[in-house]
Amino acid sequence: MSPYAVKLAIRHLLSHPGQTALLMAGVALGVSVFIFMSALIGGLATLLTLRTVGSIPHIVLEMPDRDPATLSPNAHKQVVRQKDLSRRDQITLWQPVIPIIEQTSGVTAVSPQIRGSAFVERGQTVAPVGVIGVMPGKLSDIADIEAAIVDGSSNLPADGILIGSRLARDLGLRVGQVIRLSSDRGRVRSFRIGGIFTLGIAGADRQAVYMNFTTARALYDLSTGISRIEIKVEPATDAADISERLRRSTGLKATAWTEDNTQLFEGLDAQARTGTIIKAFSLVTIIVGIASAMLLSIVRRQSEIGIMRAMGASNVLVISIFVLEGTLIGFIGAIVGAVSAWFALLPLPPVTEVSSGGLPIDRQQGDFLLAITLTTLAATLASILPARRAARIDPVEAIGA
Amino acid sequence: MSAQAIFSVSGLTKSFDEGEAEVLVLKGIDLSMTAGEMTALLGPSGSGKSTLLTILGTLMRASGGTHEMLGVDMMQASEAQRTEFRSKHLGFVFQFHHLLSDLSALENVMMPAASAAGRETRAMRERATELLDAVGLPDRRNYRPSAMSGGQRQRVAVARALINNPVLVLADEPTGNLDRQSADQVMDLIRSINQTIATSFLISTHDEHIAAQCSRRIELLDGRIIRS
Repeated sequence: MSPYAVKLAIRHLLSHPGQTALLMAGVALGVSVFIFMSALIGGLATLLTLRTVGSIPHIVLEMPDRDPATLSPNAHKQVVRQKDLSRRDQITLWQPVIPIIEQTSGVTAVSPQIRGSAFVERGQTVAPVGVIGVMPGKLSDIADIEAAIVDGSSNLPADGILIGSRLARDLGLRVGQVIRLSSDRGRVRSFRIGGIFTLGIAGADRQAVYMNFTTARALYDLSTGISRIEIKVEPATDAADISERLRRSTGLKATAWTEDNTQLFEGLDAQARTGTIIKAFSLVTIIVGIASAMLLSIVRRQSEIGIMRAMGASNVLVISIFVLEGTLIGFIGAIVGAVSAWFALLPLPPVTEVSSGGLPIDRQQGDFLLAITLTTLAATLASILPARRAARIDPVEAIGA
Repeated sequence: MSAQAIFSVSGLTKSFDEGEAEVLVLKGIDLSMTAGEMTALLGPSGSGKSTLLTILGTLMRASGGTHEMLGVDMMQASEAQRTEFRSKHLGFVFQFHHLLSDLSALENVMMPAASAAGRETRAMRERATELLDAVGLPDRRNYRPSAMSGGQRQRVAVARALINNPVLVLADEPTGNLDRQSADQVMDLIRSINQTIATSFLISTHDEHIAAQCSRRIELLDGRIIRS
């Protein structure tokens, strides 16, 4: 690229400030759309993931299924396999496993739990619930129950329970009331409602009942074992990998949250594809805009190009001038668009703080550098064809000699 | 071709395809020009003046005959060789000035040299300044074409034609768009350059007043030289 080509390209852009500004504004708009879509699609994915995994365990460790072994696997016989239900699923040797889990990279919280089904009886009404016995200090390790308490407190004495707000509403329960709870092991005990929580998850708010770990042991006849170990990891998207590592290191059955939420992933995937299409369209708009502007410019400057060619300007010089003009329009327009998008997105709250009805935009996922790079490349490509056309202009025809 | 000949053409023909018909515009031109000549090429519209000038300016190839310039066979030269020859040895002045609207008068004068070199140099700037002074526009160096009169633009175009010290300037109706006073100024300038630095001019015109100021006249009619 000769210095003279650079001079002529810049001079032409500066000599027509209105036209240049309009072209750059068009490119800037396209880049803003590109960045906005990237930030929105990325932010939406983050928000959905956060909302989905915020109150659920990222990995659950349980006893592996005990399927009976087939004695003669190679024989041509009809084999009927039946699940062994003769024993209760429980992790008996769980205490030695906890340090192994805690030392696994990515693990942020570990909560051994006793789980079971039960019925809450109030007058003639009976409601099925799921009991979660948690160890002291681990109440909010998986779902932030303490922050979700809307009435009462989060203390869990031996005879106290915490219930969800929907269950409280369905059965007309209040803090301080005593209710009877029948476990699926046939044990019946009375508990005082210590607190009511609202997690915002219908299933949990209607059916989850939290109680003291020791009390849950007695209610479910588990003298030493536990039902499961729930784990939180960071980042949540690494759950599948960490789950596989935990399966190998503990020998327990490990289930990552991603396995139970395939629909969410399909949704996020479809959303990302839609975003890519919209971004591609904004790039195509930029290419078409620049290419047509350059073609118009060539028609208008036909005689000038002709006279340059007549006076000995090479094809390379003419091509360089037009390609450089297109590239400069693309690059400067992209910078303007990226800076504008940055400032436009600045006042929006982070995804973690977005209110209901607000746009979940994550500025960090705005793909600013990618937008600038792709736009500059697109602008260069868009100007190559018009530039080649300019170089082919016959000086005799152009100047009417 | 004699020692001082700038160009020599013999039996030069040029035809154009117009649909199925072939139109013969130049029908065997024999012509040569020596250094320092100032020649008028006269003829009515359609006589082939512009076509002959375009061929001599290496902007178009002849269909037949011989065409030699400064010892180079232009019928055999490649397009790149013709472009290089043009930028080194020839200057052009057209009926319309064709100045680049984004550049100042000084930058326009430098343009042919800068295009060939890929950059503007101090020497080019000094030479362009001298030429603008010579054509009587020392105070218009930084003016854009849009801020100058028709006569001033054409004088800038003459200065531009001289930037590479050409041996021959081809001028196609250089005063065709000017009023009489401006036309006379431009012709005075051309004559003065021809006399002081011996640059040859071949001026296409149908204006007898212009032709009378030249040292030689060639008359063209229907693609043939009828008087030389």
